[in-house]
Amino acid sequence: MILYELIDFDLLRVVWWVLLGVLLIGFSLTDGFDMGVGALLPFVAKTDVERRVVINTVGPVWEGNQVWFILGGGAIFAAWPPLYAVSFSGFYLAMFLVLAAFIVRPVAFKYRSKRDSAAWRSRWDWALFAGGAVPALLFGVAVGNVLLGVPFHLTDDLMPIYDGSAIGKLIRLLHPFALLGGVVSFSMLLMHGAAWLSLKTEGQIAERARSIGTKAGLVAVAGYALAGLWLAIGIDGFALVNDVVSNGPSNPLYSEVTRGGSWLSAYSTRPWIVIAPLMGFAGALMAMRGLRAGREVSTLLWSKLGITGIISSVGLTMFPFILPSTVDPNSSLTVWDASSSHQTLFIMLVVTLIFMPLILMYTAWVYKVLWGKVTEADVTENSDSVY
Amino acid sequence: MEIGLVELSRLQFAMTAMYHFLFVPLTLGLSILVAIMETVYVMTNRPIWRQMTKFWGSLFGINFVLGVATGITMEFQFGMNWSYYSHYVGDIFGAPLAIEGLMAFFMEATFVGLFFFGWDKLSKVSHMVVTWLVAIGSNFSALWILIANGWMQNPVGAQFNPDTMRMEMTSFFDVVFNEVAQAKFVHTVSAGYVTAAVFVLGVSALYLIQNRHKDLARRSIAVASSFGLAAALSVVVLGDESGYSASHTQKMKLAAIEGMWETHEAPAPFNLIGFPDKEARETHYAIQIPWVMGLIGTRSLTQEIPGINELEAESEERIRDGLIAYDALMTIRADRENVSPEVRETFEAHSENLGFSLLLKRYVDDPRDATDEQIAQAAADTIPGVGPLFWAFRLMVGLGFSFIAVMIFFFVRASFYQMQFPRWSLYAAVAIIPTPWIAAELGWFVAEFGRQPWTVDGVLPTALSASHLSIADLLITLAGFITFYSVLFVIEVSLMVKYIRKGPYMDVAETEAWQAKHEHRLRTHDGQGPFANPAE
Repeated sequence: MILYELIDFDLLRVVWWVLLGVLLIGFSLTDGFDMGVGALLPFVAKTDVERRVVINTVGPVWEGNQVWFILGGGAIFAAWPPLYAVSFSGFYLAMFLVLAAFIVRPVAFKYRSKRDSAAWRSRWDWALFAGGAVPALLFGVAVGNVLLGVPFHLTDDLMPIYDGSAIGKLIRLLHPFALLGGVVSFSMLLMHGAAWLSLKTEGQIAERARSIGTKAGLVAVAGYALAGLWLAIGIDGFALVNDVVSNGPSNPLYSEVTRGGSWLSAYSTRPWIVIAPLMGFAGALMAMRGLRAGREVSTLLWSKLGITGIISSVGLTMFPFILPSTVDPNSSLTVWDASSSHQTLFIMLVVTLIFMPLILMYTAWVYKVLWGKVTEADVTENSDSVY
Repeated sequence: MEIGLVELSRLQFAMTAMYHFLFVPLTLGLSILVAIMETVYVMTNRPIWRQMTKFWGSLFGINFVLGVATGITMEFQFGMNWSYYSHYVGDIFGAPLAIEGLMAFFMEATFVGLFFFGWDKLSKVSHMVVTWLVAIGSNFSALWILIANGWMQNPVGAQFNPDTMRMEMTSFFDVVFNEVAQAKFVHTVSAGYVTAAVFVLGVSALYLIQNRHKDLARRSIAVASSFGLAAALSVVVLGDESGYSASHTQKMKLAAIEGMWETHEAPAPFNLIGFPDKEARETHYAIQIPWVMGLIGTRSLTQEIPGINELEAESEERIRDGLIAYDALMTIRADRENVSPEVRETFEAHSENLGFSLLLKRYVDDPRDATDEQIAQAAADTIPGVGPLFWAFRLMVGLGFSFIAVMIFFFVRASFYQMQFPRWSLYAAVAIIPTPWIAAELGWFVAEFGRQPWTVDGVLPTALSASHLSIADLLITLAGFITFYSVLFVIEVSLMVKYIRKGPYMDVAETEAWQAKHEHRLRTHDGQGPFANPAE
């Protein structure tokens, strides 16, 4: 099949790098409010009926939303196999915690209201809290570690190796900068969850959500600014040494990489990318204002814009790096040397172009069918059929 | 790499995969049964069919959610625990997994919410369409997963690239239309349909024993037994298709399942029962049925099926041939810019056996240094555990045939005996509820254990595929999974039991109103009311 040569290899790699970002953002925008709502649950809803209202705002959609996460994993596997191999095995125990959260959360949604016992329900409420809060925090920690660089090297057979004991590797992830990343992602998703609740609920729940969401937005903006400052003065970036071979074979060891300089030098070589952090700040600030003023739809949209800006700013700043290595910079994974083959990228693009519009269409339809607030009456009148 | 790590990684993968497959078959089958019931409701408008849809749908939901949750583990474990595998074959293997998400799982998961929450928000027909989309999504999901697994059994449409040190896709078409994948898909979804049919049959039988919800139970048995009969036949017939494709793609697995050590002149007999002995290389006390093996495996009377000893000798030749490829690969890697075209040609010529040379990595760092004993040892490694395969396969097939008998019995009783079921048969139906799960797990055991020592048959040895983790890493996650999954299992089963005990929600007023409205139209010729229960 020679069809795939219609699109150049390097262009396909950039397209798949963009799609990777789209999937991460899609995940954060949809499943992000599920996680935020889970983390807010114990604080915005006190009585059982209130909690069921909160849970049922995401009840019918969390399953579809979670697929963004699963599809993200699948797309990394298909389009960036070295990234999939290196990151998932390297963050082993952290990945296990994320998995645990993503296993317990569905079960908690589904099973919580299937028994009347208060103890049973309270246990599941905490499971929902942990299932939302833990990944919301860990994703930011992971992004922080990616910016710091990760201690792995590739053997000549391209086997990824990490040094250190099991717990040692987990603790090493908790660098202060990475923790700051966790604070940003956690507060950002709290804000997003609050924006969702302000749209989907009314009365006290919505009020509490707005109040917490405003504060969370403030923390997110401050943390994001601080992280930018930290990157400017305290953290080394990475750079490719030799000329870029953008359509060569996907073998990370063929390129030479140095550590040094700043990630932020990208803003002088590609000034246009400043639009991403500007979107991040503007979106988060406007979402905060919207939460305080009690605006509903526009607040959620601003919150989405803010998240999109914050996530894309990380990718654009690091380009072409995807996963830099601290112990052996030459092993670092970049857009030019960590992708699938030309043909696989092409086929996956065709499949994505067919199905992604369909997915967006039917997802939009489902949200339209479910449009409107969830009230206490909805829950009490349909006690047997809702969560 | 220590063997301990590989063994623990295998244990964890096997456990989490088999646990995942406790929920998948019921999802596959029950989604379709529920969609059929809802279709009958939309066509006849009779409330009982909606109540059935909702009741079986609620059990479907309890099961579905754990299938989803444990499926995430499967997708992430390749990267977490099998990182060299992920690097080595991700270019091919990742694609079907991603397409599964795009094409199937997204649809299934997006609409399943509307299935439960959309009853009052959608028209009857729209809701039925939603239910069908969930069912179709689940089944398409299985298709792509089995295309991925089928490729591990029969790696077509791919080639090793010395520059990237991995397998790369050469033909997407071959990967998708891999005969092993197609046979496996139909076999696996049919097994799921049988599982759901046996489940619905068993629960309905329980209601008949307990003398409650008889309307629902009888109708459910009628649907389940006819659907289950078709599925049970298809499982066996298409299982045979798998056997046929194994005869030219995975000869060693087939010979091991059969406990056939020596090549027998065609047509080979089938060992119905016997005691395979790996030490003596003999199957003791074998009871044989002449010709049958030859017919199943080759669909001819003249073609030979090679025995284990012959295949082992063949493996040794392939190891030696693979060493030539390995040597050429090392030359290419040493200086890839200036390597002579002859070396690349040598590599191309022998690259199909490269994987066999990697079997030696268990014994020496550089396979080229292997001694003759080590090569012989590696060739012996290509024989999987014959005893467990032999027995697991026979138990699975035995169960498969018994499902046909069960389904015929209930189908005939439901169709021609006015839904009269002898009491013993109802008790039996309850008792056999767990058996389809046993058969399905045995099937996966045969498929995966029979592929050893490979993760990708003939391409990548299992011992090389695992991540470079510490034993402590594995022990922590193993303990985590065992605790976590056990708790979830207990909760799941207890909720299933609770909801089966509670029974369907019957809207009596609604049903009576419907009956009053339609009684004149449905009165039968013998003057009896259409809703009179058949005489007990």
